[in-house]
Amino acid sequence: MNAWANIKAIVKRELGGYFTSPIAYVFLIIFLLLAGFFTFTVGSFFERGEASLVSFFTWHPWLYLFLVPAVGMRLWSEERRLGTMELLLTMPVTTWQAIVGKFLASWLFLALALALTFPVIVTVNWLGDPDNGVIFAGYMGSLFLAGSYLAVSCMTSAMTRNQVISFIVSVVICLFLILAGYTPVTDLLTRVANPRVVEVVAAFSVMTHFEGFQRGVLDVRDVVFFISVIGFTLFATGVIIRNHRAG
Amino acid sequence: MIKVENLVKAFGAKVAVNDVSFTVERGEVLGFLGPNGAGKSTTMRIVTGFIPPTSGRVTVGGHDIVDDPLPAKRLFGYLPENAPGYADMTVHGFLNFCAEVRGLHGEARMRAVGRAVELCFLQAVLHQSIDTLSKGYKHRTCLAQSLIHDPDILIMDEPTDGLDPNQKYEVRNLIKSMGEKKAIIFSTHILEEVEAVCSRVIIIDRGRIVANGTPAELKARSPEGRLEDVFRAITLPDTVHH
Repeated sequence: MNAWANIKAIVKRELGGYFTSPIAYVFLIIFLLLAGFFTFTVGSFFERGEASLVSFFTWHPWLYLFLVPAVGMRLWSEERRLGTMELLLTMPVTTWQAIVGKFLASWLFLALALALTFPVIVTVNWLGDPDNGVIFAGYMGSLFLAGSYLAVSCMTSAMTRNQVISFIVSVVICLFLILAGYTPVTDLLTRVANPRVVEVVAAFSVMTHFEGFQRGVLDVRDVVFFISVIGFTLFATGVIIRNHRAG
Repeated sequence: MIKVENLVKAFGAKVAVNDVSFTVERGEVLGFLGPNGAGKSTTMRIVTGFIPPTSGRVTVGGHDIVDDPLPAKRLFGYLPENAPGYADMTVHGFLNFCAEVRGLHGEARMRAVGRAVELCFLQAVLHQSIDTLSKGYKHRTCLAQSLIHDPDILIMDEPTDGLDPNQKYEVRNLIKSMGEKKAIIFSTHILEEVEAVCSRVIIIDRGRIVANGTPAELKARSPEGRLEDVFRAITLPDTVHH
């Protein structure tokens, strides 16, 4: 199909773009180092004495908070800065195909980074007898979490030609998505607000939905939540680009 | 092949394009002439579907650029102002990508890229990344992109900008020879270029068309027969309206 061929061409170009510049390698190395550091040192993987990857996944929302916007910040702002957006969008490609293509390329890249953490699975299986179903669910949740942050970055990068602004705004929005459901924050909120209100706010948080995956529960509602966040922010990206073009 | 009817584009209170109408047929090279800021680039951006018009209508090969953009966009090649290109890609990678988006695959893509490289003299920089290119090469890379699918229609915003005299000469010849079989619009503010290449000229000033005719017709309006005098007489210098 024509639309899919266009998306594929854009995915290929974007992915190639990561690997022809040092971005991909710097990102992969830093991601893996930090993931290892948090899991084994801060998360006391060994001291826990249990065969699970809880100490690995717990840190992902925070790790992604800075690393995912770093991947997504250039998606559209670079196009705007270089003027290639005019080239791309006057080719026989719809704005939608371009948005989806760019998003998928970056998501695939993040999936690759996540896949490269496979030594932790090997380690935990070698040392003990973990529930690999729970681990699989954890990985799914982590991938959805990364996708949500990425879609937010996609949206903020469409707002500006400045990558630094795109990065910062994206971090702030993602931080909100974490904090709205972060236990210390919700505990604080319950003291001043109606618990029902707090519950509603927390429902908007990635934390609430990420935790389900970590327990090994693949709840449709959690999946729907992440897909909705991605869908909504990509839709917003389209609106922003259309408004930018209309002048 | 291109039909523009009563095009208006306003950015807030500023009217950048004001009631512009023209048509371009196959075999024509239309020169879009005007001072800086006259609305040339804005008009081209609307014709290519990058920005929507405030009112008016553009059809390319019979397809409305707003309502039916993809079939229209397949028909033309476009060289935007400043010849943008993906900085981190090589010339070869970039042209391959453009060909792929144009629906060219396998053998056909290889041939298309080879032809465009040859037409724009890019052999020497084929595997260099675009951000390391000189301005002339960068410009020609973007020009090659616009020719890659051998389109029936070419829309070029200042195609000779930043080129040295030899390159200017080559590009003009290229436009002229392609103009026999294609419909071409190009903008410039270089008057000699218009005389050398165009079969018809539109002079645009502050968003309005102020003259439309063959270079010879326009020249005849001045006592000395010089296009420059005509241009000066009908476009107001910047200093007047500031």
